[in-house]
Amino acid sequence: MKHKTMLMGMLAVVAWAAPWGARASDAPTPKAQPSSVEQRAARTTADHGKFVALQKDFKTGPEVTKACLSCHTEAAKQIHKTKHWTWEWVNPDNGQKLGKKNVINNFCTSTQSNEAFCSSCHIGYGWKDKNFDFASEENVDCLVCHDTTGDYKKLPGLAGHPAYQQMEFPAKSGKLVPAVDLQDVAQKVGATNRSTCGACHFLGGGGDAVKHGDLDTSLKNPKRYLDVHMDAGGLNFSCGTCHATKGHNIPGSRYTPVGKDAGARHMRGKVDDSNPTTCQSCHDQKPHRNDSILTAKLNEHTDKIACQTCHIPQYARGGKPTKMLWDWSTAGKLKDGKPYKVLDSAGHESYASIKGNFVYESDVVPDYQWINGKVKYTLLGDAVNTNGITEINHYYGSADDGQSRIWPVKVFRGKQPYDLESKSLLVPHTAVAYGQKDDTAFWQNFKWEAALQAGAEASGQPFGGKFDFVETTMTWPITHMVAPKEDALTCTQCHSKSGRLQGVKGIYMPGRDANRWLDMIGWLAALGTLVGVLGHGALRIYMARKAG
Amino acid sequence: MSAQHGNSTKIYVFKVFERIWHWSQAALIIFLLLTGFEVHGAFSNFGFKAAVRYHVIAAWTLVGLWVFAIFWHLTTGEWRQYIPTLKKVDAMFKYYLTGIFTNAPHPFRATTLKKHNPLQRLAYLGVMLFIGPLIWFSGWFYIFYGNWKDWGWDKYLSLEWVAFFHTAGAFMMLVFLIAHLYLTTAGHTPTSHIKAMITGWEEVDAEE
Repeated sequence: MKHKTMLMGMLAVVAWAAPWGARASDAPTPKAQPSSVEQRAARTTADHGKFVALQKDFKTGPEVTKACLSCHTEAAKQIHKTKHWTWEWVNPDNGQKLGKKNVINNFCTSTQSNEAFCSSCHIGYGWKDKNFDFASEENVDCLVCHDTTGDYKKLPGLAGHPAYQQMEFPAKSGKLVPAVDLQDVAQKVGATNRSTCGACHFLGGGGDAVKHGDLDTSLKNPKRYLDVHMDAGGLNFSCGTCHATKGHNIPGSRYTPVGKDAGARHMRGKVDDSNPTTCQSCHDQKPHRNDSILTAKLNEHTDKIACQTCHIPQYARGGKPTKMLWDWSTAGKLKDGKPYKVLDSAGHESYASIKGNFVYESDVVPDYQWINGKVKYTLLGDAVNTNGITEINHYYGSADDGQSRIWPVKVFRGKQPYDLESKSLLVPHTAVAYGQKDDTAFWQNFKWEAALQAGAEASGQPFGGKFDFVETTMTWPITHMVAPKEDALTCTQCHSKSGRLQGVKGIYMPGRDANRWLDMIGWLAALGTLVGVLGHGALRIYMARKAG
Repeated sequence: MSAQHGNSTKIYVFKVFERIWHWSQAALIIFLLLTGFEVHGAFSNFGFKAAVRYHVIAAWTLVGLWVFAIFWHLTTGEWRQYIPTLKKVDAMFKYYLTGIFTNAPHPFRATTLKKHNPLQRLAYLGVMLFIGPLIWFSGWFYIFYGNWKDWGWDKYLSLEWVAFFHTAGAFMMLVFLIAHLYLTTAGHTPTSHIKAMITGWEEVDAEE
């Protein structure tokens, strides 16, 4: 029995870790323009390989960080203020405490009680439970963002650490992960790039392309059709080109989206605290060439339509399907006492004992809605809607508030546990720390009661033991994978009776909308006139013939 | 000017400019109706994008044509042709309702100085003073939608209503067009009105 539990836990970790285990084998692409990383490397005045502080046989990540901080004295203090570090952020609009530490989503649901696993995507070392020291400077992980070698990988279950020794990973899998050469990685640090950001943001939700829909590993070396800005053979943007940091604080967040940037393009040298990630911060309010009737007409759309709506015709366009549905309620089924997986016809998981049922889709047509930047979450303790669908997050916006534009969004559907007494969403304890046994973890014992009990304890939530599953949706504004202009939506895709913006209210769209009464009366009048004159004419012909 | 021929006679009614104006206006209005109703979503022909583009180009062309026409009418005094009169309107109605079927003589005899019958005068005046302005002004509001905000018009206008009046005008124009097309056959002979609009010479009943 003991052995079997270990095996199951191990399998669970295999499932989780697959994306981390795979080595990127990106084919080199001819580069029309050096990437921002290369541009920066070309003009840097420092060769980290020559730094005395880095001529050291580092044993652990924190040792490297200490060396970094010996020159970059303020870096950790800056990091400490960011969401990337705190995983906590208070929404000033409504006081809601958000951040990965607090939010419950409908993917893997919650980091609470699963810290050792989830913190492989935390920019720190050692977060394995709620006793993590957020004031520690040496626990800041500089390398995960600034690595340029591609060799530095934080493994799930190691509480944010990479493999310092060669280790079998996942445990008992027979696969060996080599020890990271910390000295080499440290001496080659540089600016962030698509791969460093992507190491977490492309793999969110437990695998490549799962979560966002517009962020996945196809963006490591994208062609022009996939992302006109990141095009490795063209503009070659890194994430940081738009998400331009100030003191390690990275702008652009789903918690504080800019629904409608009505400002001018950012000017070099001019103090401008507005969000630099918006399209308008570079392209301004009239981005289309104003040289014909048609292009002028396009510019008239910018007051109501986000650029993304026309210029991101589908998401998950890079060949990696994104997860559209996750039903936790079916998780835990075993075959011969063992967890198993079922693949769909495309070879993607449609069932996994550890997680339940899934639906994956590629080239997905987004949903569309007004967004003004205000967001409300259903947090721990908030009552769910037991008669329908509970919105994990709700983006506000309308045609009339002057703050909104129409955005494309991914609506992710889920079914997840909630407490029948308190009606609150529940935190399941799912993951197991590396090499440990954990009888309460769902991925080890497949028992909801124990997993939910452990999750409730870790999150300080009362739990009476009675639970059920509730349908939830989570909305993800789509903003990456911007297509070249020739692939943007055509007019008819919205300006028609059954176009993409069919369900968007509050605007009059020629081709979509019409006054039904006017149309009816108008066509009847035209038809009546036609019938009248035809009758009149027929009578004339008849009378003329009769008269001979 | 007139030329006697059997029981009918020909008089010169429509000058060169009028004929050019009429036919180019006719072509533009039909084209505007086609492209306009496509933009309205009634059917699909050019595609929305092309329909919008053609519609706007045709609209401005028609505006240009009208500038010339107004100038011509004012300088030649031809605007008087549209002064409304109720005289013989009842006779016109009676003719269209009964006389036309029994080959009764047309109650109105066109002359170079009075080229429109009383019903035409009323109808064309209605087109020019009501349907025209309705379409023009709603159309201009439509075209300059992108400037509403800059000009402070967005407080008073809504696209929904601008489109409503523009579409209403279009339906009226369509009704006019259908009736007009038919009434072209209601002259001395079924083709005499049409020939007049092409050659300038109208065949009318001979003077007794």
